[in-house]
Amino acid sequence: MDLLEYQGKQLFAKHGVAVPSGEVAKTVEEAVAAAEEIGYPCAIKAQVLIGGRGKAGGIKIAADAAQAREYADAILGMDIVGPHGEGPFRVDQVWVEGGSDIAAEYYASVILDRGEKKLLAMVSSQGGMDIEAVAAESPDALVKRHIDPTREFDVAAAREIIDAAGLDEDIGDQAAEVLVKLAEVARSEDASLIEVNPLIVTSAREVVALDAKVTIDGNALYRHQDLAEIADTVDDPQEQMAKEKGLTYVKLDGNVGILANGAGLCMSTLDVVAQAGGAPANFLDAGGGSKAEAIVNALEVITSDEKVTAILFNIFGGITRCDEIAKGIVTASGQLDLGVPLVVRLDGTNSEEGLAILAEANLPNLHQEKTMLDAARRVVELAGGAS
Amino acid sequence: MSIIVGEQTKLVVSGLTGREGSFHGLRNRAYGTDLVAGVTPGKGGQDVEGVPIFDTIEESVEAAGANTSMIFVPARFAAPAIDEAIDSGVETVIAITEGIPVLDMLNTYWKAKEAGVRLIGPNCPGVLSPGKANVGIIPAQFFDPGSIGVVSKSGTLTYQIGNELKQAGAGNSSIVGIGGDPIVGSDFIDILTMYEADPDTELIVMVGEIGGDAEERAAEFISSEVSKPVVAYIAGFTAPPGKQMGHAGAIISGSSGTAQAKKDALEAKGVRVGQSPTEAAAIAVEVLRGS
Repeated sequence: MDLLEYQGKQLFAKHGVAVPSGEVAKTVEEAVAAAEEIGYPCAIKAQVLIGGRGKAGGIKIAADAAQAREYADAILGMDIVGPHGEGPFRVDQVWVEGGSDIAAEYYASVILDRGEKKLLAMVSSQGGMDIEAVAAESPDALVKRHIDPTREFDVAAAREIIDAAGLDEDIGDQAAEVLVKLAEVARSEDASLIEVNPLIVTSAREVVALDAKVTIDGNALYRHQDLAEIADTVDDPQEQMAKEKGLTYVKLDGNVGILANGAGLCMSTLDVVAQAGGAPANFLDAGGGSKAEAIVNALEVITSDEKVTAILFNIFGGITRCDEIAKGIVTASGQLDLGVPLVVRLDGTNSEEGLAILAEANLPNLHQEKTMLDAARRVVELAGGAS
Repeated sequence: MSIIVGEQTKLVVSGLTGREGSFHGLRNRAYGTDLVAGVTPGKGGQDVEGVPIFDTIEESVEAAGANTSMIFVPARFAAPAIDEAIDSGVETVIAITEGIPVLDMLNTYWKAKEAGVRLIGPNCPGVLSPGKANVGIIPAQFFDPGSIGVVSKSGTLTYQIGNELKQAGAGNSSIVGIGGDPIVGSDFIDILTMYEADPDTELIVMVGEIGGDAEERAAEFISSEVSKPVVAYIAGFTAPPGKQMGHAGAIISGSSGTAQAKKDALEAKGVRVGQSPTEAAAIAVEVLRGS
């Protein structure tokens, strides 16, 4: 689960990392009121889960109330597209914070390195810009050090990294302390990624986190009540509905609705549909051991997306029993007005029983295919090609 | 021969008195796995269909000779259960549990490493050596004994490929589900090493998916350390950047970790990569028959 900038900053503040004070605003009036309270200059920053906000016009510095109003009005409601074409992300809240007097911009992060099975700290004196570009163009400017899991990560250990990155000598201990605290946030808040870009030094020589990108491990939310509440707020109506029904659903842009059992098989199904010339509308993993009720719920979520013009069920039953899936399809057809063709491929455990149930129900608009590839071709044909 | 589980396996199941644990534990026994014990604290002295229950894994090692532990404990208690298994004296721990916090696994991973215990999973379907033993939730009916070793991050995708291999008349030495979590006890390289040394394995099928760099690392390893042919399949070409799909491991961050990057890395080292599970199975059979 990714946190918005202000949520990340609140987490930093809780652990003693200095951040500018500010307020969240959802309307222009709220933003202006916040700016008046904070004073000028102040920053008005779009709160969306994507980088490149500045370039997209989502971050502005207001010098007075009129500007605060102008910028809040422009930013609230704007659509931001990520640097790699992600999104668009609609801005429905801004973070208003006091302007910072910047003497230097650095970069600091603590992430989980899956390959090495250790936390990795990264520091650079070249902050405030695209860190991937820094890493590519001048790899020496980005210092990477694993945090030894058997030793305490203290200020002295952090200071070595700070010095290797060549940050200003006078703020060395301050920056090292920030790095220690970021590692503490990673461990105590179950964050698998913490990135601060830029980590600034003010003209008063204070080290402050001016941005915050934090990813929390969804599996650990049960032990973080405050963060679990954030996770409950999902913007997309289909994703919200799926969440309430306990389904793993991700909305995509196409018109072919997809359900499969198991995350790997589901991803593979998206791929073969795309290879057949189609555009998947979603990822939906019905999970292992899916029961009829889960199928009804899944179909309800998939068909609530108006773009969907055909649906593919790709089931390979292991623990999941195909007769249960077939019963779910029959029940759902009775309860919901599907209105779009449904292509079903059932294989694996109890597939014969499942196919017999479907044959007996003789549902209109239901098409059976024996293999995954044939099913993908058929559903693309029925969906009317790529959207 | 086969790897990790076989005729020598003496299995103890943590959580055997629970619904999932008893269903799969007894299913494994019905397949022929030597299920010697179950463990549930406070229920020592009871039995599940004739299988003795102990309070601790260590007792099951001493009293019943268990050498392989399977963990079916709920996520928030699973890491301590794995730690207990590591300390108990078993050689292998297979953790099926899904949803264990990754930082818990970080500590458990290093604990297993230090103790020299082989850890498979978590969030994995287990290990099957067809005709010999099954430890986990892999449906054995889709796999025949044979000479193809399979190693996979995904469960159902593996059944799909296994079934296609079976229909083409090919079987498996072992099927190892390593799990799709960010931190798993054994990764592709560990299992590739074992297949390379296993005389019954002639060819290896590797099934990966987006996220992390385990496939890229495996590609490097294959080029220098694996003499047997390897065929791969990668899922997740159409996954949008920045979206998480089911497995915690299937996260794309930036450009690395994409399905295309993994496919390119493998092909650059001479590994053939199938476009679909069907094509990967077909290539495997073709290479096996041609060699």
